[in-house]
Amino acid sequence: MIITILGIRGILLNRRNILIMSMPIESMLLAINLSFLVFSVSLDDMMGQSFASLVPTVAAAESAIGLAIFVITFRVRGTIDVESINCIQG
Amino acid sequence: MILSVLSSPALVSGLMVVRAKNPVHSILFPILVFCDTSGLLILLGLDFSAMISAVVHIGAIAISFLFIVMMFNIQIAEIHEEVLRYLPVSGIVGLIFWWEMFFILDNETIPLLPTHRNMTSLRYTVYAGKVRSWTNLETLGNLLYTYYSVWFLVSSLILLVAIIGAIVLTTHRTTKMKRQDVCRRNALDSRRNIMNKTISPFGHS
Repeated sequence: MIITILGIRGILLNRRNILIMSMPIESMLLAINLSFLVFSVSLDDMMGQSFASLVPTVAAAESAIGLAIFVITFRVRGTIDVESINCIQG
Repeated sequence: MILSVLSSPALVSGLMVVRAKNPVHSILFPILVFCDTSGLLILLGLDFSAMISAVVHIGAIAISFLFIVMMFNIQIAEIHEEVLRYLPVSGIVGLIFWWEMFFILDNETIPLLPTHRNMTSLRYTVYAGKVRSWTNLETLGNLLYTYYSVWFLVSSLILLVAIIGAIVLTTHRTTKMKRQDVCRRNALDSRRNIMNKTISPFGHS
């Protein structure tokens, strides 16, 4: 819903750190989960709830791996500027 | 209605994630979003999903973000001059999404604006729920463990992959662990090395 759009805006506008950029992704996942559940309640369908109990699983898994990658990036490079991502090329 | 008004900090916090200067503040705002989402789910009558999303999102994801912020000395934010550079494209994308929402949110199925029909809607009682009412946990379990049990097992595999991936990515090979290179250790000739050192104590062979 609106939180999803705010999360997308948070990703687009927030080029300071990779860490702060990945926090609206989590909130977007939660917001889409919430909209799954709301629609499943209002449409009397059980599919939304059974899918929405699996979405936080994937969210936690990808946030764990994303933070692990972030830790390694910080260890290798020393800074967390997003502008220095093009040092990966070549 | 009252609690739904109290859950509007979710929207404000979603806005403030971008704008917070302190990195710790920008983690506390998603935590507020998660709390408000859990409260909204309790309002819907989904008690199990509310507690599950509270435990998973706040207790796992937000805590790991907090650990990362506390471990690394993330500098406090630069000047906000970067925002204006990215504002045209992201503003257009945001406006497109906002505009598309008004196609999706048809006022008949999802009442947003209080029209006359919405105010005087019928209140119907579902009598099947009064005979034997299922809890949220029972309805989820009825589906997840029987018909969609494959999804459940696949999600456990996803978690396993996440655990293995996180550990593999962050083992640090250059820490001072005493390891032995087995081939080199086997190739040493003990007779040559020890005898050399015992014959010449004064450093002259």
